[in-house]
Amino acid sequence: MTLTEIRIHGRGGQGNVVAANLLAMSAFETGRYGQAFPNFGAERRGAPVVAFVRIADQTIQRRCQIQTPAFLIIQDEALLHIPGVTDGLLPGGKILVNSSRSAAELPVPEEAEMISLSASSIAKQYLGRPVPNTALLAAFLSLTGLFPIDALIKVLAHKFSGEILEHNTQLIQAAAQEVPAGKWQEAVHATGY
Amino acid sequence: MQQAIEGSLAIARAVALCKPQVVAAYPITPQTHIVENIARLVADGVLDCNLVSVESEFSAASVVLGAAAAGSRTYTASASQGILLMSEVLYNIAGLRIPTVLTCANRAVSSPLSIWNDQQDSMAVRDAGWIQLYCADNQDAVDTTIQAFRIAERCELPVMVCVDGFTLTHTLEPMEIPEAEQVEHFLPPYHFSRSLDPQNPISVGTLVSPDLFSEARHSHHQALLNAEAEIISAAEDWAKISGRKSPGLLQADGPEGARIGILIMGSVYGTLADARSHYTDLEPVRLIKLRSFRPFPVKALQQACEGLDELIVLDRAMSPGSGGILGNEVRAALHQMEHLPRIHNFAIGLGGRDVPMDALPKLLAAIDQEQPEYFSVFDVVLDRLPEQDR
Repeated sequence: MTLTEIRIHGRGGQGNVVAANLLAMSAFETGRYGQAFPNFGAERRGAPVVAFVRIADQTIQRRCQIQTPAFLIIQDEALLHIPGVTDGLLPGGKILVNSSRSAAELPVPEEAEMISLSASSIAKQYLGRPVPNTALLAAFLSLTGLFPIDALIKVLAHKFSGEILEHNTQLIQAAAQEVPAGKWQEAVHATGY
Repeated sequence: MQQAIEGSLAIARAVALCKPQVVAAYPITPQTHIVENIARLVADGVLDCNLVSVESEFSAASVVLGAAAAGSRTYTASASQGILLMSEVLYNIAGLRIPTVLTCANRAVSSPLSIWNDQQDSMAVRDAGWIQLYCADNQDAVDTTIQAFRIAERCELPVMVCVDGFTLTHTLEPMEIPEAEQVEHFLPPYHFSRSLDPQNPISVGTLVSPDLFSEARHSHHQALLNAEAEIISAAEDWAKISGRKSPGLLQADGPEGARIGILIMGSVYGTLADARSHYTDLEPVRLIKLRSFRPFPVKALQQACEGLDELIVLDRAMSPGSGGILGNEVRAALHQMEHLPRIHNFAIGLGGRDVPMDALPKLLAAIDQEQPEYFSVFDVVLDRLPEQDR
């Protein structure tokens, strides 16, 4: 079984759980098995929150938290300074962070690779709101080639229509262009069998 | 149709397919999404039912009691403190032999305050006289919810469907949501034999003198024991319609000749099953997933433990001053077995403590000692405690 484990860090109100759910639902759209669940702490806006995503080619039975992810998606660069956020990242693990600064200016853990994306400003440009989650997911899919971004657009089309869907589609396509496609393809990590 | 949705939404849809006429609930984490989703289904016209907003869980249970006694199919959901606040009414519902279905989104009980998952809440009302069924995953929760209405109505007993809070209720994963026709075929319209009717007045809940009380208690106990057959037949009949097997009372799986068994209720089963395939160098393990805690299936349990030398019983709750609740019941149930396995009892995953994959090798290592563990909290870190509390 090929199992990819992803941990998403954000702040309450940034759509962290939504991001995890969208990723798992997109995996399902492409015939894979996706599992997403949150780890709620204090339920208030601005508090650090974590969500987990597992993607596999068959049923996922385990329900424990993801301690050793192959990928981290970080919705707020300030979270990089909070203890525990990058803990357990597998050697050679990848970090996608929402930041207007380049990865060279950010604290990168040893043996990890980081790519930054100005997700909030992309979202502001296309949606008028600085919600970074869908831009980060689009970039993540482009980097890893896990599955095409069309799956993500398809999932959004179940929820939205008209102008909102159109803006989201434009945002996803634009964000995917911002990162080198397929760069993390080989890191799609088999942590299962 | 297979869909990737959150557990709570799936449970809400399963409830809606059973067409309850009255739903009353008070929000409490982690049950909230279930009731929110039911409210949305009512607002969208998918479910035609009387959704009663109440000011407490005590009222939620009371509304359900009254409505069910008057002949309506009813549903409620709660967790943790909510279950405790309901507890007086829960005993009444069961003693009056009122059929209803309640989802318990299992959560720890205060104090210390915790919103996270264990099974202390449903365990606290284990003697209330309800049927209690524990779900291992969200598909199980969907299928068990549908079966619960039929079991409740055939047995004239309330059914508590226990679903691990967050671990299942807040997990999105692919699952099969049944078609309306499948449920219609399985679950006939509700007719309550003792329905309140102004044309034929009866009294419900009257004083029972010492002369009859023991008989009332005996017949309630007997009704729970008899429910085993209905739980099994509901699982079998639903499997014929849905194509999916439910475990009935329990399910045991693993390599033949396994001499170690692990017994668990709820969602930790999945992690242990996954770990069993993952750690290939471990001794073979038989996993026993106990679905029906009330009635407690003594015979089926003895059969499931046949041939085992060691049995690890995992509690997701505890009785301070005594130890494991499930552990003690299993000891009592198995004591007449000819070849009684050594029973090791641990509480695990209390108040949301993660149960990781390596819990399996650690558990197997923990039983390699002269005397079996009577009871301990498996993942406790004693160094954090003052000397006298260790």
